Amino acid sequence: MTALDGWWPYVFIAVAGWLATDIWRWLGVLTGNRLREDSEALNWVRAVATALVAAVVAKLIVYPTGVLEASPLWLRLGSVTVGAAAFFAAGQRPAVGIGTSITALAVGLYMLGF
Amino acid sequence: MDQENSASHAHWFLMGMRGIASLPAMILMLSFVGFCALTVQAGIPVEQVVFMVGAVWALPAKVILVSSMMAGANLLTAFIAVTLSSVRMMPMVAALVPEIRGRRTPTWLLLFLSHFVAITAWVYAMEKVVSVPRERRIAFFAGFGITLVLANMLLVAVAYRYVATFPPIVAGCLFFLTPVYFLASIWNSARHRVVHIAMVLGLVGGPLFYWLVPEFDILLAGLIGGTLAWAVERTWRVRQAEKAEIEA
Repeated sequence: MTALDGWWPYVFIAVAGWLATDIWRWLGVLTGNRLREDSEALNWVRAVATALVAAVVAKLIVYPTGVLEASPLWLRLGSVTVGAAAFFAAGQRPAVGIGTSITALAVGLYMLGF
Repeated sequence: MDQENSASHAHWFLMGMRGIASLPAMILMLSFVGFCALTVQAGIPVEQVVFMVGAVWALPAKVILVSSMMAGANLLTAFIAVTLSSVRMMPMVAALVPEIRGRRTPTWLLLFLSHFVAITAWVYAMEKVVSVPRERRIAFFAGFGITLVLANMLLVAVAYRYVATFPPIVAGCLFFLTPVYFLASIWNSARHRVVHIAMVLGLVGGPLFYWLVPEFDILLAGLIGGTLAWAVERTWRVRQAEKAEIEA
């Protein structure tokens, strides 16, 4: 792979990686700096940021990469549902939700012969 | 007085550093081991991988960068692919800044520290800063963010030579930890009702928009889902205020 030799890959990573992500972070600082903590605008930004992160999360569950790509969707959604039920039943304790969900997934994967 | 101040800054910086031993930091480090395996498969030399971790930081952006490099994409194509995936950084940082800045925090410092924002640091900071004194939140975030980046650069440098393939069940569960942790932690740490509504709409919107317009799925889910959540919560709030006014 000639593209991976010398200084070029570092320029490539700096421009297509570092600059491509940090410009948005800088714009975020400039915008966020103008937002008052109790403003309606911040409320909207907060909602958009949360929905963005939630969309990333949903995609990781519905369209995973790697090993889970071969696992059935019902198992992944089922594991999340069982975890959510345990999370709320235990008074919204993250560790309980995470533990239950992962255990359900592991059991399911084992039974399906992974 | 000044001495006391800097001692207190150092104390909160250290408190932030201690976050490296938290559950989210551990989960992120496991994800980085997975990323490391991807770069080994892609044939990217270890020095470049370490540089990438420090320079780009956000994991999804790096995965896209690596696939662009593997596909032999030109600089412009790779830039566009990565930058589209990173637009979400803007509202994330914009929502975080009013939470962590002090009265006299200089903008250059916020610009510098914004580099350390990615999903894990964002979720962790939004959750923890409430218990940190306002004028020490920047020190706390700096301690956490900088430590997390440096620790993962080191981790990748070391793990690169040893990443073996995990048994499938372990690899699958490791991958699943990330979304499940984000779900539990964002829900649990939300201090505004709008966050819960936005989360539900984003969860539905992600796959929906991926199906409709795969290129802009995350952006549209965020903008449309978030705006809808904001409108619903605002209507609700206004109505409650009106009701309270009538009763009073």
